[in-house]
Amino acid sequence: MATQQESNRQLLVRLGVAAIAMFGFGFALVPFYEKICEVAGINNLLQPDVAVNTQVDASRKIVVEFDANIHDLPWRFKPLQGAIEAHPGELVQVSYEVTNTRDVPVTGQAVPSYGPQLAGQYFRKLECFCFARQTLAPGEKRTMPVVFVVDPALPRDVNTITLSYTFFEIAGTRAGAEVSRGRSVGG
Amino acid sequence: MAAVTPDQLHDHHHHHGPTGLMRWITTTNHKDIGTMYLIFSFIMFLSGGVMALTIRAELFQPGLQVVQPEFFNQLTTMHGLVMVFGAIMPAFVGFANWQIPLMIGASDMAFARMNNWSFWLLPPAALLLIGSFFVPGGATAAGWTLYAPLSVQMGMGMDLTIFAVHIMGISSIMGAINIVVTILNMRAPGMTLMKMPLFCWTWLITAYLLIAVMPVLAGAVTMILTDRHFGTSFFNAAGGGDPVMYQHVFWFFGHPEVYIMILPAFGIVSQIIPTFARKPLFGYASMVYATASIAILSFVVWAHHMFTTGLPASGTLFFMYATMLIAVPTGVKVFNWIATMWRGSMTFETPMLFAVGFIFVFTMGGFTGLMCAITPADIQYQDTYFVVAHFHYVLVAGSLFALFAGTYYWLPKWTGHMYSEGLGKLHFWCSIIFFNITFFPMHFLGLAGMPRRIPDYALQFTDFNALASVGAFGFGFSQLIFLVAVLQCVKGGPKAAASPWEGAEGLEWTVPSPAPYHTFEEAPIVK
Repeated sequence: MATQQESNRQLLVRLGVAAIAMFGFGFALVPFYEKICEVAGINNLLQPDVAVNTQVDASRKIVVEFDANIHDLPWRFKPLQGAIEAHPGELVQVSYEVTNTRDVPVTGQAVPSYGPQLAGQYFRKLECFCFARQTLAPGEKRTMPVVFVVDPALPRDVNTITLSYTFFEIAGTRAGAEVSRGRSVGG
Repeated sequence: MAAVTPDQLHDHHHHHGPTGLMRWITTTNHKDIGTMYLIFSFIMFLSGGVMALTIRAELFQPGLQVVQPEFFNQLTTMHGLVMVFGAIMPAFVGFANWQIPLMIGASDMAFARMNNWSFWLLPPAALLLIGSFFVPGGATAAGWTLYAPLSVQMGMGMDLTIFAVHIMGISSIMGAINIVVTILNMRAPGMTLMKMPLFCWTWLITAYLLIAVMPVLAGAVTMILTDRHFGTSFFNAAGGGDPVMYQHVFWFFGHPEVYIMILPAFGIVSQIIPTFARKPLFGYASMVYATASIAILSFVVWAHHMFTTGLPASGTLFFMYATMLIAVPTGVKVFNWIATMWRGSMTFETPMLFAVGFIFVFTMGGFTGLMCAITPADIQYQDTYFVVAHFHYVLVAGSLFALFAGTYYWLPKWTGHMYSEGLGKLHFWCSIIFFNITFFPMHFLGLAGMPRRIPDYALQFTDFNALASVGAFGFGFSQLIFLVAVLQCVKGGPKAAASPWEGAEGLEWTVPSPAPYHTFEEAPIVK
């Protein structure tokens, strides 16, 4: 019987190690997922785009409108121009201005979105403050550029694109529980 | 077989140790623990059922009558969690505890004390889960899948759910390790793996699946927990995370999980059909290989739950074909059951009725599963009542019916009495008819575009919804017949013979009914 118990215990240890390894595997899926996305070229919000076709399509003009939002963040955030007109294929530089109104440093991340959504895949940002987290010192005001090209392959029925940024505070710099409770009660 | 424990020995042991409540809290006996698992899962089944009936009451008519949308969302979420983690999974573990040692000729589970712990972790987890209804903000309403970003934003009910999932996960893993060690190390002499009853085979494979994927779920909910409270950004897009990644991690657990809930059901049905067809199981070896193939394939099909998340086309193609491939081993099983019945001397006692009903209705669920596997069609079905119909066909008519079949089949062995055949048959016919009245119309609702998890609906869906609600209440109340039948059988009834079924084979039928408290203390010899 002693040998039976011994071999039972050995198997228990082996299976226990397997279970712990699978717990680790769950976390290993995170970098694995990011790698797959990078290789497949999806979800690359933090990488600059490459302008593949730089032929300027002078036959039409696109109105690009700029929008800025903040989410639960003590910042002022605005575009320095409301809208511009540009030819598809033309390199354009615009600026946004952000101010930290708090007396503590705050870190935020801007997430872009597009209207119409379809335009997103034709909107190539070569330089953007949204590629990295921004940490603002107390009271700091910063002007940040965005350099972009609208791909000339953009369907002809799209003549206005809205580029909208929302700044989120990086979670954890404030008490997360407070934020989440406030949100769920609010709806 | 001469290894049957004499009755005196049984009495001698029985009066040792604590009595009353402490007997149940401290017990390490596989039969006691199996019974507790079964009682626990039935209580959870009734709680989840009450939630389901509240949902159906709300959906009886368009508009909001019974509950508010926030509470409705909590109900759909908790109904799923309670049924999956509280009812179906513990019920199968209860069967494993009762039957595996009896079927392989072992005296008890390999780690009797750990077995006690794995059960007693469950009631606190259930309290956390059900108790979360009463905290500020209520229970989590993110759906049973707990998808980010909803689950990152919910109130403290979500934290309770996360801890409940952790505890239930630890319980399942300990139970699974116990089962693997018992089956691999404790078989009676001569009981080779390929002579083992199929129920033990399916549980062995299920236990491996549990050890492989429950920790991944624990990891996923841990990531949610740290996203909520400790400043990580696994699923928070603003911090560089990705909510879609949660779906990948969750379904890496979630798809093997659906086989965790159905493979032991296959095992139970594979025990019952040969008994009542009075023929050995057709294609035993192919059944074992089919079970193993289903388990292995279950690891490479998870993204078929996510066809609308914007996967690359090559990815959806892979997951579509891999998913369809699972129909092959599943088909092998269904054909083997039918071939077992073919030209058998069949009788239709309640266990057989449930087993045949299982094959019929589960196969329908399998076919709608194939429909959902087709990527372009699935984009239409995603998040509609078609999916709700599909998974209730495989989970209720699949797992639950097999559990009923197994209960009626082994109840004489557990209690020493025969149950009332009349009540059993009434339970079966009410269940299968009301089940179909409830869930069949949901196929049409889904195809017509009614979304799931919404408390209100467009007027054209009224008739089918009213029908489904009537069926649901009928189905719910039919389960009281089951309760009565089991309680009656526990209290008394005609004495059951050691082998009450004419065609039954296996070691469990060689011990007296009711099975003595200690069995196979000397291992039987299997020839």
